[in-house]
Amino acid sequence: MRYLPLTPEDRRQMLARVGVSSIDDLFEDVPAAARLDGLVDLPLHQGELAVERELGALAARNVAAGSVPSFLGAGAYRHHVPATVDHLIQRSEFLTAYTPYQPEVSQGTLQMLFEFQTQVALITGMEVANASMYDGATACAEAALMACRLTRREKVVLSGGLHPHYRDVTKTSVKFGSVHLDIAEPDPDGAEDLAARIDGETACVIVQNPSFFGRLKDLRALADACHAAGALLVVVVTEVVSLGLVASPGEMGADIVVAEGQSLGVPLGFGGPYVGLFACRQKHVRQMPGRLCGETVDQDGRRGYVLTLSTREQHIRREKATSNICTNAGLCALAFSIHMTLLGEAGLTELASLNHRTAVALADRLARVPGVEVMADAFFNEFTLRLAKPAAQVVETLAGKGILAGVPVSRLYANRPALENLLLVAATECNTEADGDRLASALEEALR
Amino acid sequence: MLNEGRQTRGTGTAAEGPDTWTGARALDQDTPLIFEQDSPGACGVDLPDGPDVANRLGGLERKGAIGLPGLAEPEVMRHYVRLSRQNYAIDIGVYPLGSCTMKHNPRLNEKVARMPGFSDIHPLQPESTVQGALELMDRLGHWLKTLTGMPAVALSPAAGAHGELCGLMAIRAAHEARGDARKVVLVPESAHGTNPATAAMCGYAVKSIPADETGRVDLAALEAMVDEDVAAIMLTNPNTCGLFERDIIRVAEAVHGVGAYFYCDGANFNAIVGRVRPGDLGIDAMHINLHKTFSTPHGGGGPGSGPVVFSDALAPFAPIPYVIERKDGDGFHLVEHVPDSEVQPFGRMKGFHGQMGMFTRALAYMMSHGSDGLRQVAEDAVLNANYVRASLADVMSQAFDGPCMHEALFDDSFLKGTGVSTLDIAKAMIDEGFHPMTMYFPLVVHGALLIEPTETESKDGLDRFIGAMRHIVERAKSGDAEHFAGAPYYAPRRRLDETLAARKPILRFEPAMQDAAE
Amino acid sequence: MADIRYTEDHEWISVEGKVGTIGITDYAQNQLGDVVYVELPEVGREVAKGDETAVVESVKAASEIYAPVGGKVTAVNQALEENYGLVNEDAAGAGWFMKLELSDPAELDGLMDEAAYAEFVKSLG
Repeated sequence: MRYLPLTPEDRRQMLARVGVSSIDDLFEDVPAAARLDGLVDLPLHQGELAVERELGALAARNVAAGSVPSFLGAGAYRHHVPATVDHLIQRSEFLTAYTPYQPEVSQGTLQMLFEFQTQVALITGMEVANASMYDGATACAEAALMACRLTRREKVVLSGGLHPHYRDVTKTSVKFGSVHLDIAEPDPDGAEDLAARIDGETACVIVQNPSFFGRLKDLRALADACHAAGALLVVVVTEVVSLGLVASPGEMGADIVVAEGQSLGVPLGFGGPYVGLFACRQKHVRQMPGRLCGETVDQDGRRGYVLTLSTREQHIRREKATSNICTNAGLCALAFSIHMTLLGEAGLTELASLNHRTAVALADRLARVPGVEVMADAFFNEFTLRLAKPAAQVVETLAGKGILAGVPVSRLYANRPALENLLLVAATECNTEADGDRLASALEEALR
Repeated sequence: MLNEGRQTRGTGTAAEGPDTWTGARALDQDTPLIFEQDSPGACGVDLPDGPDVANRLGGLERKGAIGLPGLAEPEVMRHYVRLSRQNYAIDIGVYPLGSCTMKHNPRLNEKVARMPGFSDIHPLQPESTVQGALELMDRLGHWLKTLTGMPAVALSPAAGAHGELCGLMAIRAAHEARGDARKVVLVPESAHGTNPATAAMCGYAVKSIPADETGRVDLAALEAMVDEDVAAIMLTNPNTCGLFERDIIRVAEAVHGVGAYFYCDGANFNAIVGRVRPGDLGIDAMHINLHKTFSTPHGGGGPGSGPVVFSDALAPFAPIPYVIERKDGDGFHLVEHVPDSEVQPFGRMKGFHGQMGMFTRALAYMMSHGSDGLRQVAEDAVLNANYVRASLADVMSQAFDGPCMHEALFDDSFLKGTGVSTLDIAKAMIDEGFHPMTMYFPLVVHGALLIEPTETESKDGLDRFIGAMRHIVERAKSGDAEHFAGAPYYAPRRRLDETLAARKPILRFEPAMQDAAE
Repeated sequence: MADIRYTEDHEWISVEGKVGTIGITDYAQNQLGDVVYVELPEVGREVAKGDETAVVESVKAASEIYAPVGGKVTAVNQALEENYGLVNEDAAGAGWFMKLELSDPAELDGLMDEAAYAEFVKSLG
């Protein structure tokens, strides 16, 4: 067994040192009724080749997004990941280290986290950011709870442009508490009036920009309305590349910004692992969930980094912690940070611009297809189409022709006839003009 | 009221050695923050301009600069390679962090996870295009259910603590479904901090169960505490003292006797995998840290994955999404919405379907070991821990008598009068080339030192570790406290001032910091 | 001279007239280690004996501070915000946390005097 170094002779000598005659003696605390004498009913061990072959066969039964024209978004985006990123995150010292509890031998992870926190704060336009959450959806739920702690209020308003998974995870997190949610109807037209929902009990309004339906909005008036009522504005971003081109949530008055960081450095991977970004104002930092890295000096006066403000966390505060989170998304945060470092100011701006231009060109191309209405006026790299037929059916038809056409809104909103014909289409730097032409002509055929 | 305060700043003198002009020590090289390496105009990517179209941002374009630095690819590569060399890692040496199961991370797992058929599929692709992925999830679920002897599994929780939340939510949903508004969750004093934090997130009050003199749950005390107000018990087994809860079946009976549920924290499943099925112990829900027992890499703090197995009583309340196999041989289906049926999922835990990248890695590991290898994993993990325990028991102070499971727990009474603390011992281990053990946890033991070698250490490797530990302990007892107060001497940094970091938090780079330094 | 009383949670209260000044004892600061933060209550808040009124944090520990007696918070120690180290340097003096206007001075009777507290600390070993 290739992962087990002990030999039978080692085991014999070691049992002798321990002073027992067999390994069973070390399991004697297990109640007799629960001891397994034989093996569980699963296959026996296999060599590397056999495992690779079997799992390779499973992988081959999936259509890789990169092998066909693909226009899926809705909170997960296919971007090109520079080769440097995947090489670096597989360095043993990053890949096989634990959470940096011993800072003297974890400066690599810690300095990286300090840089990551700074990058996240900069792109979101906020003052501080934490060392990551599981994903955007769980970060959104944590933001709702944090806003309630900060304002000592218990009503949370959710925009109808919020990703349905983010809404549902937030719902789950308040399910057994006293916080209640005021959830707006799905808002493909960008017509909702969230300010009208704010009252003296409102802890925060949670709004996504660009929205789930791809719409960009100026949030400044909403921020003012929140602040006038003593509430906070939480802004969700599911496509962080947009921050290279669009005014930051901080600039628009957000108090807390949460985002899905997958777009940079992290592959689609069927939905995970991803990386949640969480940023806020400095004055609120003690109510922020998750790990934080801070700068300090060592005893020789050299600059170094440590995990800090840990008294907010479960291992010290136990039932009074700000969150139960422990393990977060360290390696995905590293991938995000390396990709962001490769991009830098110029690269992020160019990448965002390229995404936007590609999407605009695609929207214009699709608008010429009979039976297709492009619903968006202002958008980044994703927009909603209203089709002449149910979108799920069209997507299935196009999948049969080797085109991943987008995400039917009905996939996330079940049993909503009014949304049945809506299709979310995203374009990134990975999409070519030829991809767009194929999609347009296939749509034309399917809608005929 | 008081927890254990301990020194968080170093004392002692600087390491000997000549200064260098760069500050480097040969291979040991610092790298400035990326923000201090900004070369305006430099960039690590080349991108085309894209179609020439008018923007459609609705006037929302960003006006000012973001403030990100520019670096070309070679500089980026060097920066992160230099950073990586300042980390200890399981691939470098023994990493006996108790309760964390730092075992070897096979690279086959990484290779499989990077197959485009797994890494490059979108979570919302039509089901017809991801049948292999759904089958993989189903197969992983089958392995987990078989190994634990439990009938149902929820794969989506993102880490251990997230799995705990999943389990407790299902428990609360089950109580509420029958109109039962219980208020209390029982948690042993020795529990992971995530347990009480999770119970609180589910709206429960936490009551602490005392330990008996053997380091296990005090059954009599527990039996006196359970009543109709108790919703659940959360118990780690083997527990955080590295001991199997002998009375676990009676604990389950006591809990079930009042209509409460038994949540097991499965962080330490590595000790019993293939030898004991938690389903045979009366457990109703248990999370499994794929990043502990099933070797997915810790990555410097995640990502993890914490699937939860459920008993029949709780299975109907498991969260969405979940995979089912269609009856007519028509492949696999992902249930993403609460269905109209006898099941009552409590909701959704995270975006999309779970930590797929960890599922592929964990399944590759399980298939490599097989049912025979996994049983051997538990046996070797327990043997290695007992070998370390038996080899150090005469010079250190074992917290509880008798054999342990997968980790050996010592208290600090062997250091009494030496002026050396648990923390000092840990820092001295760094100089010897080891990662320290878990310190000051569990809280029920004074100055705890919790050593979990895992099954992937060789006997020679353990002998070296034991030799080093004996040397360190002897030196501590010989009255050389000053040496210990200065340790570590050879790490990329010496002891860091955590007090300074917490009193005046600096949580990001500010351009002003650089200007002031120039 | 002010009357100083102690609790088993290692808090002291020094009473002059109707106003009690509250802090933690030198023993407590020593156990906690370097204090890095104190969460203080709002001035004007009414607290009952035993209510959680503040939290004192070191790097590795956080401890709730319970009101030794009931009353209304009339002042908090602003100087701590600049230098939490005051709690370590002078726990019984400059490192005080808050002042309370006592609602029922009779509640002081249940607390220890200096000699009893010294005895109590000794018993902790």
